[in-house]
Amino acid sequence: MKRRTVDVLVVGAGPAGLSAAAALAASGAGAVEVLERDAEAGGVPRHCARGGFGLRDLWRPMTGPGYARHWTGAAVRAGAAVRTGVMVTGWSGPLTVEATGREGLEELTARAVVLATGARERPRSARLVPGGRPEGVWTTGELQQAVHLHGLRLGGRALIVGAGPVALAAVHTLRSADAEPVALVTDGSGPGLRPALRRPVPVLSGTVVTELIGRRRLTGVALLRADGRAAVVRCDTVVFTGDFVPEHELARSAGVPLDAGTRGPAVDADFRTARPGVFAVGNVLHGAELAAAAAFEGSRASGAVRRFLADGRWPGARVPVAAEGALRWAAPNLIVPRDTGLRLLLRTGRRVVRPMVTVSQDGRTLHRERLPRPADPERSAPLGARWADGVDGGGGPVRIRLDEARGGSSR
Amino acid sequence: MTVTTAGPVDDGVLDVVVVGAGVVGTAIARELARYRLRTALVEASGDVGDGTSKANTAILHTGFDAVPGSLESALVHDGRRRLTAYAEEAGIPLEPTGALLVAWDEDQLAALPGLAGKAKRNRCDDTEVIGAGELRAREPRLGPGALGALAVPGESIVCPWTTTLAYATQAVRSGVALHLNCRVAGVRPADGLHLVDTARGPLRTRFLVNAAGLHADDVDRMLGPETFTVTPRRGQLIVFDKFARGLVRHILLPVPTAAGKGVLVSPTVYGNVLLGPTAEDLDDKTATGTTADGIARLREEGRRIVPELLDEEVTAVYAGLRAATGREDYRIDARPDRRYVTAGGIRSTGLTASMAIAAHVVDLLADTGLALGAPRTLAPVRMPNIGEASLRPYRDDRLIAADPEYGTIVCHCERVTRGEIRDALAGDIPPATLDGLRRRTLARGGRCQGFSCGAAVRRLFGAGR
Ligand SMILES: Cc1cc2nc3c(=O)[nH]c(=O)nc-3n(C[C@H](O)[C@H](O)[C@H](O)COP(=O)(O)OP(=O)(O)OC[C@H]3O[C@@H](n4cnc5c(N)ncnc54)[C@H](O)[C@@H]3O)c2cc1C
Ligand SMILES: Cc1cc2nc3c(=O)[nH]c(=O)nc-3n(C[C@H](O)[C@H](O)[C@H](O)COP(=O)(O)OP(=O)(O)OC[C@H]3O[C@@H](n4cnc5c(N)ncnc54)[C@H](O)[C@@H]3O)c2cc1C
Repeated sequence: MKRRTVDVLVVGAGPAGLSAAAALAASGAGAVEVLERDAEAGGVPRHCARGGFGLRDLWRPMTGPGYARHWTGAAVRAGAAVRTGVMVTGWSGPLTVEATGREGLEELTARAVVLATGARERPRSARLVPGGRPEGVWTTGELQQAVHLHGLRLGGRALIVGAGPVALAAVHTLRSADAEPVALVTDGSGPGLRPALRRPVPVLSGTVVTELIGRRRLTGVALLRADGRAAVVRCDTVVFTGDFVPEHELARSAGVPLDAGTRGPAVDADFRTARPGVFAVGNVLHGAELAAAAAFEGSRASGAVRRFLADGRWPGARVPVAAEGALRWAAPNLIVPRDTGLRLLLRTGRRVVRPMVTVSQDGRTLHRERLPRPADPERSAPLGARWADGVDGGGGPVRIRLDEARGGSSR
Repeated sequence: MTVTTAGPVDDGVLDVVVVGAGVVGTAIARELARYRLRTALVEASGDVGDGTSKANTAILHTGFDAVPGSLESALVHDGRRRLTAYAEEAGIPLEPTGALLVAWDEDQLAALPGLAGKAKRNRCDDTEVIGAGELRAREPRLGPGALGALAVPGESIVCPWTTTLAYATQAVRSGVALHLNCRVAGVRPADGLHLVDTARGPLRTRFLVNAAGLHADDVDRMLGPETFTVTPRRGQLIVFDKFARGLVRHILLPVPTAAGKGVLVSPTVYGNVLLGPTAEDLDDKTATGTTADGIARLREEGRRIVPELLDEEVTAVYAGLRAATGREDYRIDARPDRRYVTAGGIRSTGLTASMAIAAHVVDLLADTGLALGAPRTLAPVRMPNIGEASLRPYRDDRLIAADPEYGTIVCHCERVTRGEIRDALAGDIPPATLDGLRRRTLARGGRCQGFSCGAAVRRLFGAGR
């Protein structure tokens, strides 16, 4: 077993990890090393063949693979070591990880570790969808890789579960694999879900999947509508999209507490977990946001990592956030009182047309605000946090509640 | 070595044909491989262990609760001893966790001493009734309300997939011909032989063994008047994420009562936790799907037994069909007039008893007139390890140094390396499907179910065949 030491170890070479590494290496943080388990760096965008990347953060339109190349190049040019085909499998010390690669086992000790391990879509089993276990059942992640990296052709008819942005990626990928998307199925409701597509696909809202039919191969999917009507859609492929769960294995095996809402490691505005020296950025914190958001988190975290390398300081008790009402999660979810840099992302479990946010602690209301736009379960809404001034560092959890404002309706 | 998947089957005269390559049929084939006989194992599916043998609770039972004096009791007792030793020899993952039969009400508590007595009559002498305090010390995450338990230290967990594959591999290496995609459609007498009609043409054999599991009654009917019927009893199971493994130390068994059997919570050798099975009598022998009701009922039970289990993600949900015959015992019978032995009704302990069933069936064949001759030593097998308790390739520095393919992790959740996938595809009995590859390597079987690795695994599977 080889043993080595670096200054900063980044686990995961997606947009979040690469942008953190690029910023750290460029700012003289010392030896910065990124470990990526895949054969290539870049993370999920590597297999997002469609465009739609880059405009928000790099000011030019890019495809996913182009975006992945951009960040890989940025990290390498800044002087970070980006090593692929090396998987971090666990911890052997507070800031020491174990890794496996073609060169054998390694133990790497760092002064700071940044977890940027991304998120996965919940597969069919984790969603407890009953029925057979036939071939033809996918998540978008697996489908995109098979089609865009390995040239798979599917043909036939496909049903898509979910109607968020990733479902649109699935439609696109299916079409490029010569499969016909027959419908998008969502248990959500409302016009906010109707996806923007040039060749539209019918959306069955208020509908749940009740059974996958087929023994060796999928032959159909049974559905139940909110009004009690049942139907079977004949298809050869079903794609389960969205419903992300953070890849939190390393966070959990480090003993880092997770946030109950996000299921990712709980962090403060400086991306600090409960374990001194361990940071987390990107989708591992909250499931999928746009790639630009992940990259942005990575570069923002680099400042906090550098400060920690310089002064070794780690906050003691922080106040946890509790998501209430229609709110599913808020991130960051540990609050350092009087933190002026704090800005949160909020995500609801359902569509709320006129969202009213109330922030309180120990029965004291700290803040009330009507969000300017409807809250959508597929998209996060930002929330400023000047109210963090009023948070009592010794008090109970900060409760963030989101409800339909009075007089509004939940369509 | 003969493993065929297509084309006409061999037309010479065989000594024995074994129908069905589940854990029972492969064990029988392996036992027959000790003798200088021409033996063929024929299987309807494209893989071995593709029926009930792949979908069970994977417990190596002591037989403590069998019907004392039954054939099942004897064969489970003997089979456990044999498989425990064989697992060591062949590298089959096995963990001696022990079991706790947990009593949740006064009736169940009162039943424990009786069960301890029954265990004794089944030659399981080391059970022990423990109180609520001791139980909680041994199993701290148990839900509230447990009153006591019967500890059965001899129960273990085992890998059912490796077991079946080890038997089949050793049989094939020792001279048995394995014919896959070879459903038996009929059996006719011809010139003092059995003419076995298969999907791939006829086979002629002197002796016939029926190990067709759920279809043992159908095969039996091919030889004469009906002697039994198999009713599938479905068992649905939920596999929880590896993060749940720390919640349970033992197999947590329910106390059987008049009200029904209840469900168990058990660790698996792969490091997950199982919850199940249900028990539903059906009439469709292909009904291996899961249902919303079944899953809901299991979750309700699981929440009571180990409440924190329900906070973890679910990795898989599946169902297996027990071959119930209406008799509380195996149906293993010889018909010397027909040179035929049937091993049917191997309901819920067949994995445990497999090696003992095999030895018993071979004895019956000898009684039926098969001249065995002197036994030979079997060709050795050493199976790849997919269990958590022993060193996996991705942790084996020396192995990786010798072959870096064992350092290339393809399936990240289960840490399956390209070397292991390559080996499985080049194995004596290669997988016919992605599921077959999963049963050999765990690839694509983890918490992401292929989100991150699936496409790469599919590609290796496609390229390696
Ligand atoms: C199907 C799909 C379609 C999408 N489409 C779009 C889109 O069109 N536009 C857009 O802006 N966003 C899109 N997104 C979202 C975008 O891809 C993500 O927000 C972004 O990739 C998140 O970056 P990340 O670095 O946090 O995680 P990821 O990109 O997931 O990267 C994490 C990396 O960590 C590695 N890793 C994990 N664990 C380990 C370990 N133990 N050891 C070593 N390496 C490890 C992984 O292999 C991976 O490369 C899509 C996401 C998905 C799933
Ligand atoms: C839910 C559940 C939990 C269980 N838990 C345990 C446990 O914890 N421990 C334990 O020891 N046992 C357990 N069992 C029981 C165990 O799984 C079975 O007893 C065992 O798998 C039976 O093996 P088999 O070879 O008889 O049947 P199978 O595995 O069904 O094999 C029969 C084979 O015959 C083939 N076949 C059928 N008809 C034909 C034909 N006409 N021509 C050719 N081939 C044919 C089939 O394709 C099949 O592969 C459990 C069972 C279930 C369902």
